[in-house]
Amino acid sequence: MKAFSEKMTLIWPPFFWLLVLFILPILLILIISFSISQNHGGYELGFTLEHYAHFFDALYFKIFLRSIGYAISTTVLTLLIAFPMAYYISFRESHVKYKLMLLVLIPFWTNFLIRTFSWVNILGYKGLINNVLMYVGIIDSPLILLHTSLSVNIGLVYSELPYMILPILASIDRLDKSLLEASTDLGANKWQTFKNITFPLSFPGVITGIIFVFIPTLGQFVVPDILGGKNSYMIGNVITNQFLVTRNWPFGSAISISIMVLVLILMIYYLRNYGDRGQIKDFI
Amino acid sequence: MSQQFRQNNLDFGEGRGLKLTTIVGFLFLYIPILILMLYSFNASRVASHWGGWSIKWYIEMFQDRNLWAAVTNTLIIGILNTVVSIILGTLAALGLHRFNYRFHQSLLLILNMPIIVPDIILGVSLLMFFVLLNLSLGIVSITIAHITFSISFVTLIVLSKLAQFNKTLEDAAKDLGANNWQVFWKITFPNILPGITAGGLLAFTMSIDDFIVTYFTSGVGSTTLSVYIYSMVKRGITPEINAISTLLVAITIALIFGISHIQRKPQD
Repeated sequence: MKAFSEKMTLIWPPFFWLLVLFILPILLILIISFSISQNHGGYELGFTLEHYAHFFDALYFKIFLRSIGYAISTTVLTLLIAFPMAYYISFRESHVKYKLMLLVLIPFWTNFLIRTFSWVNILGYKGLINNVLMYVGIIDSPLILLHTSLSVNIGLVYSELPYMILPILASIDRLDKSLLEASTDLGANKWQTFKNITFPLSFPGVITGIIFVFIPTLGQFVVPDILGGKNSYMIGNVITNQFLVTRNWPFGSAISISIMVLVLILMIYYLRNYGDRGQIKDFI
Repeated sequence: MSQQFRQNNLDFGEGRGLKLTTIVGFLFLYIPILILMLYSFNASRVASHWGGWSIKWYIEMFQDRNLWAAVTNTLIIGILNTVVSIILGTLAALGLHRFNYRFHQSLLLILNMPIIVPDIILGVSLLMFFVLLNLSLGIVSITIAHITFSISFVTLIVLSKLAQFNKTLEDAAKDLGANNWQVFWKITFPNILPGITAGGLLAFTMSIDDFIVTYFTSGVGSTTLSVYIYSMVKRGITPEINAISTLLVAITIALIFGISHIQRKPQD
């Protein structure tokens, strides 16, 4: 009897909090997404699918597809940079490795508004790149680099890169290095060893990295807001706009729920296949 | 022959391409931060022109009253968030570690969700919830929102500490006549304290760094540092932001060394 009460006392306060302040609000926007919009914000309970239909309009759907495109390009680019970095770092001697890991952590923990903003100094009309190029004489007038889809891509890759390095690094690190020696002893060359041992065993880390880069990128609105222009708006900008400016809450909710469904599918797939290995812990 | 054997064993991760990618990757990560730090000492208002070394943006920053009001709010929220999420997160970790619940998998799913769900969705759903409850947006609503995403991180860190902890110590203490309360405070708590501290530091850092969730759950007159920086970015006040950013990066580095010092454990 006593064990029962302890069992419940431990779990109730935190999960009651999460049920009321996390699950319930998401159910609330689910309800709002089917409700009828009123002018000046607000909603009237009801059942309509018009907000979802509106979301699949050409204009918004195009922005949604563009966001998915950015999320994919960011994931691919970060993976291409992060995997070699993680691989290189994990084979260093332990004191060098420790220092390099701290170097990865510093940008990871730096306020991401700052990390995004730092590119304004570099890509701006009067920024570093234009100054250098003009000084050297390669160009006569400044290039338009800021507020383009190029600058958005750079900003996204920049802010997400550490999220890809860390889980891959952790999974290569966990790998039993004697397997690599065994493979070499048995006559495999480096490429064969990489293909048959290192890559498959580091795959859970790669998947974790993909999830942790793809999903936040999908919901981004700060990077396109600071570094992008009208043609690089992402779905996060539309949501922000609907909630804070246009105040069409049901429409904003419908977009949020659509993204939430996509995220849930990815997450359930991930937890089913990789969740038991506790990969999320690699971040903390 | 033995030479070749050694080379084969020690050759992993030695490729020139790997090293080059790593160097370029680190340059990519650090050049923007270094440029920003450099410009924070630029006497000129425009980034394109180097007007000589100056600390005037730092002086301006320290004289900015609105900035300090935002910093105060940020610290109050950060501390409240840390205290509450440490308590709730540790309770959840102890429960999940000790017992097998009927809906154990669902509990783990609910716990992992706030980490994965995009911040913007957390932000708008809480905004709608607070509006429905007629709760005025301010320090309280921001703190509640921060606790909601912090609990999960604290729980996961404390859980990983509990997994390393030898449970027979608790049993031994019980056999020697200690009650549950004594077992917790004398045995369990000291052993998981590093995890709780690291979780608390993480909760604090995430709270002071957060922008998105705060942006949606803050009202007029309850600006935090991140929201203030954002408004400066939108208004294009660059030199002062560079100064604030440099200071924040320095604080971040100090915090990281703090966390890594606490978490550093013998190589296994």
